[in-house]
Amino acid sequence: MSSSGDSNTRKGDGVAGIVNQDSEVVQSLTEARMVNWSQWLRSSGRFMRNKPLGGMGLLLMIFFLLIAITSPILATHDPTFTYARDRLLPPNGEHWFGTDFLGRDLFSRIVLGSRISIYIGLASMLGAAAAGAVLGVTSAYIGGKYDLTVQRFVDALTAFPSLLLALALLAAFGHSHVNVMLALIIVFSPRVTRVVRSTSLSIKQMPYVEAATAIGATDFRIMFRHVMPNTFAPLIIIASGLIGSAILIEASLSFLGIGTPGALSWGSLLSGQAMRFFTTSPWIVLFPGLSLTLLVFAVNVFGDALRDVLDPRLRGR
Amino acid sequence: MKEYILKRLLLFVPTLVGTALVIFILLRVLPGDVAEIILSGPSGEGSFAYEDVLRLREDLGLDDPIYVQFGQWVLDMVRGDLGESYVTRRSISQQLKNQIPVTLQLAALSALTVAAVGVPIGIIAAVRRDSFLDVILRGWAILGLATPSFFAGLLIILGLSTIFRWMPPVGFTHMWVDPVVSTQQLVFPALALGFASNGLLLRMMRTQLLEVLGDDYVRTARSKGLSNTIVIWRHAVRNALLPVVTTFGFQVGALLSGTVVIEAVFSIPGVGGGLVEALLSRDLPMIQIYIIYFAVLALVVNLIVDLTYAWLDPRIRYE
Repeated sequence: MSSSGDSNTRKGDGVAGIVNQDSEVVQSLTEARMVNWSQWLRSSGRFMRNKPLGGMGLLLMIFFLLIAITSPILATHDPTFTYARDRLLPPNGEHWFGTDFLGRDLFSRIVLGSRISIYIGLASMLGAAAAGAVLGVTSAYIGGKYDLTVQRFVDALTAFPSLLLALALLAAFGHSHVNVMLALIIVFSPRVTRVVRSTSLSIKQMPYVEAATAIGATDFRIMFRHVMPNTFAPLIIIASGLIGSAILIEASLSFLGIGTPGALSWGSLLSGQAMRFFTTSPWIVLFPGLSLTLLVFAVNVFGDALRDVLDPRLRGR
Repeated sequence: MKEYILKRLLLFVPTLVGTALVIFILLRVLPGDVAEIILSGPSGEGSFAYEDVLRLREDLGLDDPIYVQFGQWVLDMVRGDLGESYVTRRSISQQLKNQIPVTLQLAALSALTVAAVGVPIGIIAAVRRDSFLDVILRGWAILGLATPSFFAGLLIILGLSTIFRWMPPVGFTHMWVDPVVSTQQLVFPALALGFASNGLLLRMMRTQLLEVLGDDYVRTARSKGLSNTIVIWRHAVRNALLPVVTTFGFQVGALLSGTVVIEAVFSIPGVGGGLVEALLSRDLPMIQIYIIYFAVLALVVNLIVDLTYAWLDPRIRYE
């Protein structure tokens, strides 16, 4: 910090100048916020034009999200109502996706089942991103023993394949909805931590962090107002990649019957009894399986496009 | 090189002990009393007398301090005594002895198909960049990454049974007992298991090769008048392969844990099936051993990846 002696001599001046600048910045920010909408629309239009596949992924994601939100209205039948006479009916006008081995309407079951996949995918991604961002920034900024401890945990947790770690954690926590989400947060946050930490380490060396230190900003303020916002591009890239993995792991867990007992989930629609009848009535696995694949496909291509836009260096990877 | 290998091997022991400790503690901090959980059965509604709880606690050594329990457990494991299941009362080591070869064969076959298909296809996609073939192959990779392995497995069974009117024989036969039946049983699960990893490896190979093909020394090789084949295979691919090896190593770990799901689809009597069974019946001693088993495998795979990397890239050795 060679400039600190310098600024000390004209302390009054410098601080006043910076404070003035600060208020100007705040003003321009509020103005920007007002015209933000048209700009936002324009940039998303550009995204659609330059990345048609990613744009398609985004539209598909919105489509699935709308289905999940409106599912109680969309469902044409009671998903748990069993009617023995109608078992294993192929798709028809009454049952759009056919019926399963108990005569339950498959369309309603798939529509309502979308909720768990999307809920777990988004919630565990947000949780892991938040935990990873805080751990990564603090670990890089504070350093020392704290950093070392965090890094050992990160190394230990990332050494395991994610499905296995999720299984082990569920064995410890017990099986439930919330626990699946918690387990996925623990599985994914170390990866976020690693990325955010390495980005923060380079941001820590930036002149504006030094400037913030010079005007006497607290460590807390520097970490969360100056360093963290600048890690958002890599954070968004890695977080968008997590949604697809989270959805796939949740589906695998419910397929095994370990994830969410009794709950309606796409993975569980394919498991158990469904496996006994699917060679003669393929629709009972085709529709839920295709929905799952399509959702993960949409999330993945959108994530890829987002990565290309946010980080040109990684283009095409 | 020797020093690096030695260091890496020495680091392996504390990691192993640490892993065992974490798994042990994780499964001991279960909410509620372990003995009661076991007695109340998988549905959590079984009835039992209080004396049963006391006896089971005594049996499990749950009254001892946790470090005594851990020490005892590790000692038993080192002696080769893995304990017995609480549900079936069968010896765990006997069960593992039957299951391990099954899962290892499945994972090995899957890894083989992933490498044998992913690498050459990735090279083709990079060489024919932006051609129709490249687009198709990239689409294939994206599809693989989006398809859950169990759905891929079900689709394969469905395809075989409707198109060829043939189903792979159920169960498992050892490779040395009947190689034909064994292959018939394992090839399709291996393909379904490797579908995602295949896509990942293909993409990795493609981007790495594209990057290397833009390098100066490749241009030099071309301007020397070397043929395209030699430039690509002798100069470019070799250097592009390094990160691909790392990716492949981590994918082997993913394949091993993926057997848990795929064994359920094809009803293969392997370790994965055993773990699921133990989890569903809350068979604590079994769960512990199974998770340790998979964790050790993951650690060994990581070790092999690191050593291979050091062997392939001489610069690593001096760090």
